[in-house]
Amino acid sequence: MSLDVNKIRKDFPILQRETRDGVRVVYLDSTATSQKPSQVINAMNDYYQKSNANIHRGVHTLAEEATSLYEGAREKIAKFINANSSREIIYTRNTTESINLVAYSWARANLKAGDLVVLTEMEHHSNLVPWHMLQAEKNIELDFIPVTENGLLDLDSYKSLLDRNPKLVSFTHMSNVLGTINPVHEMIQLAHDAGAIVLVDGAQSVPHLSVDVQKLDADFYAFSAHKMCGPTGIGILYGKSALLESMPPFLGGGDMIKEVKLRSFRANTLPHKFEAGTPAIAEAIGLGAAVDYLSNIGMENIAKHEHEITEYALERLEEIQGIKLFGPSADKKGGVAAFTLDGIHPHDVAQILDKDGIAVRAGHHCAQPLHEKFGIPATSRASFYLYSTKEEVDLLVNGIYKVKELFK
Amino acid sequence: MDDLYREVIIEHYKNPSYRGKLDPHDISFADNNPLCGDHIEITLRLDEKGNVKEALFDGHGCAISQASADLLMESIIGKPLDEVKQLKKDDILEMLGIDLGPVRLKCALLSLKVLKAGVYGLGEASDELVE
Repeated sequence: MSLDVNKIRKDFPILQRETRDGVRVVYLDSTATSQKPSQVINAMNDYYQKSNANIHRGVHTLAEEATSLYEGAREKIAKFINANSSREIIYTRNTTESINLVAYSWARANLKAGDLVVLTEMEHHSNLVPWHMLQAEKNIELDFIPVTENGLLDLDSYKSLLDRNPKLVSFTHMSNVLGTINPVHEMIQLAHDAGAIVLVDGAQSVPHLSVDVQKLDADFYAFSAHKMCGPTGIGILYGKSALLESMPPFLGGGDMIKEVKLRSFRANTLPHKFEAGTPAIAEAIGLGAAVDYLSNIGMENIAKHEHEITEYALERLEEIQGIKLFGPSADKKGGVAAFTLDGIHPHDVAQILDKDGIAVRAGHHCAQPLHEKFGIPATSRASFYLYSTKEEVDLLVNGIYKVKELFK
Repeated sequence: MDDLYREVIIEHYKNPSYRGKLDPHDISFADNNPLCGDHIEITLRLDEKGNVKEALFDGHGCAISQASADLLMESIIGKPLDEVKQLKKDDILEMLGIDLGPVRLKCALLSLKVLKAGVYGLGEASDELVE
């Protein structure tokens, strides 16, 4: 392995804690939210202890420091995903808000009744409900790229959908349940050939893979800080500047304006046009620190480590009788293992594993339509990150045998 | 924990006595736990005095939700509806004989919410019914 996992684990104080006496936490829920290294926690602490002030327009030292930390983080993020300019990096609350921003601003202005939006059956609720809401308002049409039995998108059906000239195609880079890594580059090219704009939900990909938005040629790309070693409360919408320039503002208020009269306003330039009100300053700085942290280790190294863990985990889990794993083989997926056990509800699995300190998630993982497609109400999901180890996989497998014993 | 999965709970989960649907029935209601997708449907038949004569539940979910539904059905047979309306969270916890955290409490109380919404003839099984 090309990264030193023991050294990395020392950066995450929470991984040393016990959930009860003598039981060390085994954190296998990074797909829900990642843990945070000291480097990120300290950056946010430092900001509050040394530089806290409101940003922009302030001329005093603290305000200048706060502004330069906040804007410096934006530069780091732009570089991290290879945006053409930091003007294309909009701070939001999370991936969900980023997608809503596109729905409310771009789609509301550009879509009319009967226009088609193409989504997929593997979407998180955050890339479904905003479009349901827009459908109710504008009477747009929605259609879905089907998911095959082995958890991949059916690209032939996708091509047929593109024949109907959709205005927008919006899909996840990596499924939060199946782990499937979709062929984003190819899908974007196909959509562009059909004249559609493309929004990519990158909540699960940016933390785990090296993402280059220019190479992918994504029009919009959304992700969250808290899944990539950063804090909650801040996310990013990347958009090509020409598109962002053409869009109406999203939320109205301070900072997003150039000029305000009693009866009118002029919107600010990018990226501030979309950032109304005092933003999450410490969180932006925390995200900048997370980007530094991940970059220093190297996204390729992280992806390689996670691939090894995932391959090992799938191999070990498949040994268990009565287990059903969802999603494609390890070469086509990220570090996610969603499964069911015959006759035992996923909630019970998660609860019993918790006794051994093992944190997995149980439920529909905000992807209810996907679970319906597979005819199950819920799954248990173990997920891995740069700090996960094979020993933790072994503890998970032993834990599952204990669950089976209890329900025998 | 071993408490949480007491034998009686595993037993009611694996071999429920009151699983099924009554057709015809006098009262029926169904609802989901939106957090985890657990689903419970209850059907009741009443006798001429308006007491519960037969009660069954159907659906899917974790051991806690299914066992508490089974225990609940058992407990209301022969009871007048007015008495069923009085049932609360503590009655369910007493039947299960365990203490539950806030998340699993929702699993345990789903069947009671569904039952009370049905008995009151409400459109929705809300949390207030069992607080």
